[in-house]
Amino acid sequence: MLEHTDPSQVQLTKDGELKHFITTEHLSREMLTEILDTADSFVDLGAKQVKKVPLLRGKTVVNLFFEASTRTLSTFELAAKRLSADVLNLNISTSSTSKGETLKDTLMTLHAMHSDMFVVRHSSSGAAHFIAEHVTPDVAVINAGDGRHAHPTQAMLDMLTIRQAKGAFAPLSVAIVGDILHSRVARSQIHALRTLGVEDIRVIAPNTLLPRHIESLGVKVYTDMQQGIKDVDVVMMLRLQKERMNSALLPSESEFYKLYGLTMDKLALAKPDAVVMHPGPINRGVEIASSVADCDRSLILDQVTNGIAVRMAVMSMAMSGQTKSRSDLNGTEV
Amino acid sequence: MISNTLNALALLDKMKQDLSSLLAQGNRPDPLMIGIHTGGAWLAEKLHTDLNIQSPLGTLDISFHRDDFDQAGLNPKVQPSNLPCTTEGRHILLVDDVIMSGRTIRAALNELFDYGRPASVILITLLDLQQRELPIQADIIGGNLVINPDQIVKLTGPEPLALEIRNRSKD
Amino acid sequence: MNIHIKGGRLIDPANQIDSLTDLFISNGRIASVGSAPDNFIVDQVIDASNKIVCPGLIDMCAHAREPGPAQKGSIRTESMAAVAGGITTMVTPPTTSPIVDSPAVAKLIKDRCIEAGKITIHPMGALTKALEGEQLAPMHALASSGCIAFTNSRQAVANSLVLTRCLEYAATHDLLVIFQAQDASLAQGGCMHDDSTCTRLGLNGIPESAETVEVARCLLLTEQTGVRAHFGQLSCERSVRMITEAQERGLPVTADVSIQNLLLTDENVNGFNNNFHLIPPLRSQLDRAGLIQGLLGGTIQAICSDHQPHESAAKEAPFADTEPGMIGLETLLSLSLWLVDQEMLDLPQLIEKLTLAPATILGLDEGNLAVGRTADICIFDPEEEWTLTPESSHSRGKNTPFMGHPLKGRVTNTLHKGHIVYSAT
Repeated sequence: MLEHTDPSQVQLTKDGELKHFITTEHLSREMLTEILDTADSFVDLGAKQVKKVPLLRGKTVVNLFFEASTRTLSTFELAAKRLSADVLNLNISTSSTSKGETLKDTLMTLHAMHSDMFVVRHSSSGAAHFIAEHVTPDVAVINAGDGRHAHPTQAMLDMLTIRQAKGAFAPLSVAIVGDILHSRVARSQIHALRTLGVEDIRVIAPNTLLPRHIESLGVKVYTDMQQGIKDVDVVMMLRLQKERMNSALLPSESEFYKLYGLTMDKLALAKPDAVVMHPGPINRGVEIASSVADCDRSLILDQVTNGIAVRMAVMSMAMSGQTKSRSDLNGTEV
Repeated sequence: MISNTLNALALLDKMKQDLSSLLAQGNRPDPLMIGIHTGGAWLAEKLHTDLNIQSPLGTLDISFHRDDFDQAGLNPKVQPSNLPCTTEGRHILLVDDVIMSGRTIRAALNELFDYGRPASVILITLLDLQQRELPIQADIIGGNLVINPDQIVKLTGPEPLALEIRNRSKD
Repeated sequence: MNIHIKGGRLIDPANQIDSLTDLFISNGRIASVGSAPDNFIVDQVIDASNKIVCPGLIDMCAHAREPGPAQKGSIRTESMAAVAGGITTMVTPPTTSPIVDSPAVAKLIKDRCIEAGKITIHPMGALTKALEGEQLAPMHALASSGCIAFTNSRQAVANSLVLTRCLEYAATHDLLVIFQAQDASLAQGGCMHDDSTCTRLGLNGIPESAETVEVARCLLLTEQTGVRAHFGQLSCERSVRMITEAQERGLPVTADVSIQNLLLTDENVNGFNNNFHLIPPLRSQLDRAGLIQGLLGGTIQAICSDHQPHESAAKEAPFADTEPGMIGLETLLSLSLWLVDQEMLDLPQLIEKLTLAPATILGLDEGNLAVGRTADICIFDPEEEWTLTPESSHSRGKNTPFMGHPLKGRVTNTLHKGHIVYSAT
C-alpha cells in the first residue's frame, strides 16, 4: 500500500557514484567491478617501496567500533593511513552505550568533531543504514559489519581474491560452508557473487544454521557436505562461534567438524584446482583442518593482503562520491 | 604561435634532437627516462628507443597524486606506476605529452619524490599550451600552441602518434 | 443539550439502517431517528450533508499509556487522538505501569477517563498477577471495577495447567478472555516475520509458529473449559484457518485484526524502516490475504488500531533496538476505508466491523443508534482527502509510516454521550 523506497538510494549519489558503502546488495555489476579494479591498483601499491598515496590527506577517518575486533579495526586503520588520512579509533563497547547514551547521541557528539568518514562496526543489523541516515550529509559511512546483515568489505576482498585466482566469475561453482544463519559475511558474499555473474552458489550447513528461505537469495541449499562440495571451484568456509554449541543449535564441535569441517578428504571432492578461503580468524579442527588451511590451495593470506587494498578502494570511492556531490551542490565546475 | 599543421612526428623529431644535444653535454650520466600515462608514456617509448637510453623505461600514473580529488573524485581507470629502479640519486628525464596548467607535473614530481630523491629532473613535453597556473617550465618542448577555451588538444596513439584539436564536449 | 444531525447518510448496522436520515439527540441519548420528537427545541444543528453518520467507533485494542511513562502518552492526549479519529470507546491492554491486576489501577483509569471527558475506556484486566503467569489475578474484583475482559497480553502463560485454571475461573464468572497469542520462546528476540526479507536483512525472525502454536493451545483449552474467548490482533493466515475450523465445529470464539496487518507486509521493512517494527509483526502476502479472507468470511469480526504511541527517541536506533508499535487512532477509519475503496467490503459492512461487532464481542450497549441508546456518534466525510502531520496529530506519539501520506476519509465531528467532543477545524 505504501510505496517502497529505492534501497540503493542510501549508498549512491544521484549520479550513481558511491557515497556510503553499506552492503553489496543493490549495487550493480559495474559498480562492484569498479571497486575491484580500484582495489587492484591499490594492491600494486602495496608491493611498492612507498605505500602511501595522498588521496585522503587532510581528511579525518573515525573508526567507530561498537563490537570489539582487532583484525578488522587494524586493517581499516592501515588502509586509512595509507591514504594519508588522520585516523581516530573509538572502541565504544556496547555497555557504555547501554548506560544511557544512545547511538544517536554518540553521533551528535562525533559530529562536533568534524570527521569526514566513519567506519562502523555494530552488533545490530541496520546500524550502518541508521548511521548513514543520521550523519550530516557530507560524511561517508563504511560498514565494517552490522549484526547479521552485511560485511561488504569482507565480501569484496573475497571477490578480488577469487578474481585473482580464477579470472572470470560466470563459469564458477562456489560453496559457502558453515554458520550461514548468523553470518553477515555469507549474506554479503552471496549478493556479490550473484551480481558478478556466478550462477552456481551453494550453501552447506545443518538446518539449524540455515536462515529461512535462504534460497530466495539465489543459492542452492545442501545439508550434506559431500554432495554440496562436489566439483566446486571455490570453497569459502565461515567461522563457527563457540556459543552456537550452547544454544541448542549444534551438539558439539567434533560432530560439526566431522560433518562440515573442511578436511583434505572433503576437499578432494571439489575440483582438483579448487581454492580454499576463510575470513579468519580460523578455528583449526572446528571448521577447517590445519593441513587444508596451510596447503597451497589456501588463499587465506591473499585475502588479508587484499583486505587492505579493498578497504582503500571503497574509502577513496566513497570519499570521492561525497566530496563531488558536495561540489555539485556548491555549484563548482566539475 | 598558432600551429595549423600539428605534425606530432615532426615535433617529436625536434624533441629528439634537442634532447640528444642536451645529453651530449655529459652532465647527466645514465639518465632514467619516465613517461607520464598515457601520452607521455607513448612518447617516452619512442624517445627511449631512438636515443638508445640504457636504463629501462619507467611509467608514472599520477591519478593518486592529483590535487583535484575534492572536485573531480577518483579516477577508476588507474594504471599502476612502474618504476624499474629507485629514483634515488638518478637524473630523471620526465616525459609528458601536453603541459597546460602544470598541475600534472606537480603531481608527477610529488610521486617521484615519494620513491626517492633524484639528482635532477628534466621536463620534456611535446606541446606547451602556455596556460600555466603554477611556476613549472619544460626544458625541452616540441612546440608551443595557443587554443581557444572551448578546445582541447589530444595525443592519440600508440601507432600512429597524432595530435588532434577537438572542441570540448558539451556536458 | 438538544442536537439535530441533519442531512447525513445514517449507517447503523445494528438496526439495518443505511439511508439519508436525520438524528435527534437529547440528554446524552438518541431521542429519535428520522423526524424530530415532539416539543424538540434544537440547541445545535450539525450539518451532515454529504457525510456519513454512524455509531462512534469502538477500538478493541489501543494503548493509552496511563498509568505509565508520560512521554509516550496519557489518557488525556490519547483520548483526544481517539475522538479525532471518530472513536468513542477504547479498550486498553493491562500492560500499564503498574499493571491492571488490582482494582485500584482499573479505577484510576476509569477516573482519568472521566476527567478527560472525551471517550469511554474499558480497560482489560490481567489474567495473572503481574502478568507473570503463575497466580490468578482477582478477576471478579477487577470486573467490578470496570475491566471488560482479561488477558495475559503477549506474555503467554507458560504453565498450561495454570492457564487452564485461569480460563476455568473466568468461565465461572462468565468473563471474556482475550488471547494475544504469542509463544514466548519461539518469539524470543525476534523483531519481524521470519521469512526471506528477514533473512536478507539479517534480523531475528518471529516464525509463524510463535502465533499458531499458542492459538492451537488456547483453542483446545477454550474448548475444554467453555470460557468465552476472543483472539486479538491475529497476524497469520494459519491462525485464521485454525479458528475457522474451530468455529465450524461450533466453538463460539471471535477474533480481531489490526488495520496495519490488513494493509502491509514484511516487505515494507526493507531498508530497515523503523516505522514497520511492530509486534505482532507484519507478515507475508499470503498471511495478509488470509487475514483479509478471514475478515470477509466472518472468522474475524472486528478491526482495531492496536495504537501504541512512542516518544521519538524510542524509534531512533537500529531496527531491532527500537520499540515496536505504531499509532493508529486517528488513521483507523481512513485506512479501513481502503477496504471499501478496493470493493472488498461495502461501507455498512465496514462500519459494522468497527462498531457493532466489537460491541457484540464485548457485550456493550454502544455501537447502536436506536432510540434511547447512548449518543456516541461519528460523522465523517468519506471523500475528503487529508494528511496526518506531526503538528496536527493529537497523540503524543508520531510513530506511523502513514505520517504525511495522503489519506481519504476524514472525521468532521465526534459526539460522546451527546456532547460534541471533536470538531474538525
